[in-house]
Amino acid sequence: MFRIWDPFREIEGLERDVNRLFSGERTYGNPPVNVFVGEEDVIVTSEIPGLDPNGIDLSVTGDILTLKGERKPLEFKEGDAWHRRERGYGGFTRTVRLPYSVDGTKVQAKYDKGVLRVTLPRAEADKPRKINVRTSEA
Amino acid sequence: MADEAIKKPESKGTMAERTRDRRTYIPRVDIYSENENLYLVADMPGADESTVSITLDKDVLTIEGTVDEPTSAGRKLSHGEYGIGDYYRAFTLSEEIDREKIEASMKNGVLRVCLPKAEPHKTKKIAIHAGL
Repeated sequence: MFRIWDPFREIEGLERDVNRLFSGERTYGNPPVNVFVGEEDVIVTSEIPGLDPNGIDLSVTGDILTLKGERKPLEFKEGDAWHRRERGYGGFTRTVRLPYSVDGTKVQAKYDKGVLRVTLPRAEADKPRKINVRTSEA
Repeated sequence: MADEAIKKPESKGTMAERTRDRRTYIPRVDIYSENENLYLVADMPGADESTVSITLDKDVLTIEGTVDEPTSAGRKLSHGEYGIGDYYRAFTLSEEIDREKIEASMKNGVLRVCLPKAEPHKTKKIAIHAGL
């Protein structure tokens, strides 16, 4: 998670942002996520309206969840005129670090009304174990 | 900017107060027109056809939507990038719209409204008679 500060990288990023600002076009940035943590599982929700549910790509490795997808641009014909353009489109990749390792085989995901909801059960090996303390009495 | 999550802007209360004590967000929209129609596309994640309403009063088009908070009982929010609330936005239309033919649909949290432009009014020439 640590990144060495690189001024050139910052300038490149700034240039890209400024260009985008003036081109009047928005790309779809990172969809926002909310993470709810419980004892047994984690729920990650994300607002990503207008996706093709089959085009959502989810992958889990240990405690890292990756969301990938693409928002398709509007069908815009020759002669059509823009009045407002605020919604972005394009591909995105979002990585979320979870508080513990999850069981990748039991992950459930649902996409409803433009909201993605992923339930990730905690890996058995990662669950806190209760250790009984025995007394030394015979 | 590039690495930040896309946030929906929160409404700053430029409208009448609402009876529901909830946050209200401004949906992001695309508006474009072709010869015969004006199209409005709005991102309203969490809302569906049963909770969205569109009204056209004179030349003001209002879109509203309510969103139910999903339950995540027994779990704590450890990281939050977006809030859940209702949607509200109003536009003043500069063109005459044939209000009988407005059509709207909602899919995957995206509202799409088609507003057909009204037939242009025929110009009527008014003859002015010279006073006798």
